[in-house]
Amino acid sequence: MSSYLEGIIMLSGINLIAVLGLSLLTGFAGLFSFGHAGFMAIGAYSAAICTTIFKLPFFVGIAAAAAAAAGASWLIGRATLRLKGDYFCIATLGFGEAIRLILDNFQGLGGARGWPGIPPHTTLVNILILDVIGVVLLANLVRSRHGRNMIAVREEELAAQVAGINTFKYKMLALVVSAAYAGVAGALLGHYMTFIQPKMFSMVKSTELTIIVIFGGLGSISGSVLGAVVLTFLPELLRAVDKWRLVVYGLAVIGIMIGRPRGLMGGFELTPKSVRAHFARLREAKAARADQAAEEKGGL
Amino acid sequence: MRVRNIVAAILVALVLISCGGAQKADVIKVGWFGALTGDQAVWGNNEFNTVKMLFEEINAAGGVTVAGKVYTLEAVGYDNKGDAQEAVNVVRRLTSQDKVIAILGPNASGNAIPIAPILESAKVPDIATVATNPKVTVLDGKVKPYNFRVCFIDPYQGAVAAGYAYEVLGSRKAAVLYDVSDDYSQGLRQFFVENFKKLGGEIVADESFKSGDVDFRPQLSKIKSQNPDIIFMPYFFKEVALSANQARELGMTQVMMGGDGWPSEQLISMGGAAVEGCYFVNHLDYDDPDVADYKARYLKKYGIETELNGYLVHDAVLMLVDALKRADKPDGESVAKALESTNIKGITGKIAISPETHNPEGKDAAIIKIIGGKYKFQQKYAAK
Repeated sequence: MSSYLEGIIMLSGINLIAVLGLSLLTGFAGLFSFGHAGFMAIGAYSAAICTTIFKLPFFVGIAAAAAAAAGASWLIGRATLRLKGDYFCIATLGFGEAIRLILDNFQGLGGARGWPGIPPHTTLVNILILDVIGVVLLANLVRSRHGRNMIAVREEELAAQVAGINTFKYKMLALVVSAAYAGVAGALLGHYMTFIQPKMFSMVKSTELTIIVIFGGLGSISGSVLGAVVLTFLPELLRAVDKWRLVVYGLAVIGIMIGRPRGLMGGFELTPKSVRAHFARLREAKAARADQAAEEKGGL
Repeated sequence: MRVRNIVAAILVALVLISCGGAQKADVIKVGWFGALTGDQAVWGNNEFNTVKMLFEEINAAGGVTVAGKVYTLEAVGYDNKGDAQEAVNVVRRLTSQDKVIAILGPNASGNAIPIAPILESAKVPDIATVATNPKVTVLDGKVKPYNFRVCFIDPYQGAVAAGYAYEVLGSRKAAVLYDVSDDYSQGLRQFFVENFKKLGGEIVADESFKSGDVDFRPQLSKIKSQNPDIIFMPYFFKEVALSANQARELGMTQVMMGGDGWPSEQLISMGGAAVEGCYFVNHLDYDDPDVADYKARYLKKYGIETELNGYLVHDAVLMLVDALKRADKPDGESVAKALESTNIKGITGKIAISPETHNPEGKDAAIIKIIGGKYKFQQKYAAK
């Protein structure tokens, strides 16, 4: 495999982890965040501190990244999750930018000039392993009681509260888990690039993650997987159209959102069961058409 | 179904186009990358245009002879939006798919640093154009074997600015305004402050803003209250013009000074009278007879004036061609080896690459003063 293809697959895998987390928060708990790049930054820097300064193994760095991002999200959640709707979104936006500016100013970790020389620990294998773990954990979480409670909060917060669900607790759970995913993604990105710079975790990155979640389809894990892969590959495939690349990229996203307003897989989940069900429906439809044709023939 | 088929056909076509291209025997492919879109697109387009123009000229003159065989040069260029992650993508693409033997660019240090491990595993050298961060070529005291550059570095530029301000302009109290979210600005600020203090000067104000800010009055007011002799502004022309205008509105008459982020046609048109009489450190003297020929050729071919980056990528091409002529084989490893002993005269000055740092050593900086809306060369100045 060429290193180019390998590189893009690795990037898709890294984006996928961040997107899975955000998918839980946005797709299942119904909270929009424009600050997830901030959690990625916390993860990237914590992991880099572990592996570069303390010379700890990579998995410790990844764990530290998840813990640090989760911790930060807990603090933010305490302060902002009681805000309703759009206000939470604005608060996360502010948080993401604040993290970036703090890192810009903090000369001990390189400041705006970035931190080079991070060991290249990220490999295709450890990305794929973490991807699988991420998907399995998330699929189990959303199918559990906690996941159903989150969906209830998304659908109708007041009704959920009346039904006895602690809405604050479930919003917090979704936020903390999604931040931990973003932290892991940040750790992988830092050790893939071998260089981190606050600029890499700007609002553009946060928006990109949100776009992938919506593009893939809210409330669908397989949609997030598909979205992350498609939207990471697309800009590279579009190198064929040269300067029009970003224009075509934008048009493609708009086109798909018009064609499929609920995203690629909105509300639909790709599981062995759903695939079997889909084929069964296809067979039924085919049989029905055959019957109809036979009837029409008979009628003639 | 029809729409789906069309989409599928387009995707397949894209994959085929993006994977195509076999290597011809007598062609040497050289990569270039930088920002062709985004806020640094002016410089990226200028660099790539220059590379294409020079390659055409070289090919028209008969190509390059490597180890007794004549080759023509082909430029393969990609846009990375000035983004570090895309820089890694395009370098992977250039090395593994296009099989280039060397890469020119990028201009941003933050894009030149993360590509080092890929260059090393692919054994392809890179010559950065205006990436002035020392860590582009040297990390933890060790030189990166495949990273080179054609420009001087920030510590040198900072030392030149501080030296000129203190020794020649006689400033004793300096104020600094810088962009805290920009790597280039932070670096240049640090080295200016260090050197100015070392010379015996005093930094009376050290104020910052962040990229995208358009109002600098609060910081400028603080600087004004300290009454410095000179204001050092190590950032790019757009903000320079805005902040200079606002400083003059506040009644500040101090001389302002900057680095190689200043020179642009737009600085004069936006800054006007506000930047009159100000100084900046540059890589070259625009009126130097050595650069006149390239300037005229570029203007003739593209109908617009070249920017600063063009001069540096011009010399990066000279460096590469010189290394190719001396290389044993037309491959990345041999070219990298030949680049280490580069000693040529470019249009931006003498380029003698040091094998320990992969930087051009002893390259003089030019001090430029803005007089009557024109960039007037003052003197070559070497930091002590």
